[in-house]
Amino acid sequence: MRLLLDLLAQGLQMTLVLAAAPLLVGWTRKLRARLLRRRGPDLVQPYRDLVRLLRKEPVIAHSASPYFRVAPYLVFASTWIAAALVPTYATGLMFHWATDLIAIVAFLGFARFALGLAGMDVGTAFGGIGSSREVMIASLAEPAMLLVVFTLALLAGSTQLSAIAEFLVREPVGLRVSLGLALVALLMVAIAENARIPVDNPTTHLELTMVHEAMVLEYSGRHLALIEAASALKLTAYFSLVACLFFPFGMVTSTSSPLLYPLGILAWMAKIAVLGAVLAVFETAVAKLRVFRVPEFLGGAFVLGFLGTLLLFVSRAL
Amino acid sequence: MSPLAFDIAHLLAGSMVVVSFLLLYQDRITGVLNVFAVQAIILALAVAFQAWSQGAPHLYLTALIALIVKGGIIPLALHRIVRELGIHREIEKVVGVGLTMLVGLALTALAVIVVLPIAQEAGRVGREDLAFALAVILLGLLMMITRRNAVTQVVGFMSLENGLVLAATGAKGMPLVVEISVAFSILIAFIVFGIFVFRIRERFDTVDVHALERFRGD
Repeated sequence: MRLLLDLLAQGLQMTLVLAAAPLLVGWTRKLRARLLRRRGPDLVQPYRDLVRLLRKEPVIAHSASPYFRVAPYLVFASTWIAAALVPTYATGLMFHWATDLIAIVAFLGFARFALGLAGMDVGTAFGGIGSSREVMIASLAEPAMLLVVFTLALLAGSTQLSAIAEFLVREPVGLRVSLGLALVALLMVAIAENARIPVDNPTTHLELTMVHEAMVLEYSGRHLALIEAASALKLTAYFSLVACLFFPFGMVTSTSSPLLYPLGILAWMAKIAVLGAVLAVFETAVAKLRVFRVPEFLGGAFVLGFLGTLLLFVSRAL
Repeated sequence: MSPLAFDIAHLLAGSMVVVSFLLLYQDRITGVLNVFAVQAIILALAVAFQAWSQGAPHLYLTALIALIVKGGIIPLALHRIVRELGIHREIEKVVGVGLTMLVGLALTALAVIVVLPIAQEAGRVGREDLAFALAVILLGLLMMITRRNAVTQVVGFMSLENGLVLAATGAKGMPLVVEISVAFSILIAFIVFGIFVFRIRERFDTVDVHALERFRGD
């Protein structure tokens, strides 16, 4: 019985992130459009897009290898695993031992690797440019991300997300300048990894500045649907990560009763919605960077992450 | 000392290091001056907090000096100088932001590694302030090395002095006489720098100190 409940709770989280991800994308799009004084598409438009794409027949280039067909499934699966592992409404779920921050970074890294390879598979120059730029951004974002992980691991004594979140809920950590620095660094990494402005523009097509869209240009039909769903899931995963690490209030801890789960889900939805709104406002306020200035942007994230680790190290080395 | 007081001291001193990095990163002259004013204000807050938590009233005076002279008079005067020189729109080519930041990180790590073992006897706050202060001093030095403009070099020097004040207040306060004389010597250095900058400008029509290299005589 206990096992069944645990499985149910974990399954709920897996379906929750999958179901909420397109809504989150719709919410940020809607808000951005409203900020630009446009009416914007419906909140549920991303679902419709996904359904439409799933119905369509994928068109595959002659020069594509079998890997081209496999890649979308790999990308979707590993992104979904990462998104489902990040604690959303409760800590200490069934697979909480697997919610290691480094593992999640690795899952997302694998998805990016798979997609980058697929971008080069057909052999068009455009896909190649997209892949090489995406990998350049990733290679700059990952060190910054790992430094954020180190900061949190130093503070909580564990790299397990569930344990860190419980630690932050339970222990009074006080005013920590390191946590603030880590938050800013994580947000910068999240912006870069999710191909948002100022690093990349998620809405452009056929422009020399685009990165992510150039890479997936050859995909269509259900393959494209999977890739779009994966990028929505990735955004949700990063937002859940920020919410779980830096705003863990409202999360159901492992000691409290499962009856609080609806409350936890509501709290998570609210946090994600707020973060989506912040993203929309930020994207409206800044202009896109030149690709060659992206290293500076992510270098800033790296410096902040490093400083966070260093400052924490000073106050703890006793 | 209560954990909250320690956290506040940590927050203020840590912010000073972060602002030092901002100074290194900023390449607009007016931006540099504004960031410098922010650093001086954070320094004043940090010193005032130390005055309150150590129960040392004379430190309030230090905080006041930092706030008025370094947070107000010097940035305003520098703004005026920059406007008179007509370089307020200038964007300085910092030699390799990425490299500078990496060197800055290495210097900060060095400061921490050097200070932590030798300051075992000092209290938690004292040791931490000393480490951060050394980092601020080294970053100020780095800024003086990497910049070419005489005005931003002056800012680097002033930011270095901010680090000195932070170090002194962390170590159970310093005598008021020392503090006042340091403040005055800084003010005099500032005036000398001001005259110096104008003289460079008069001679070479630029405040880029690389124009002086022709006169090195080697």
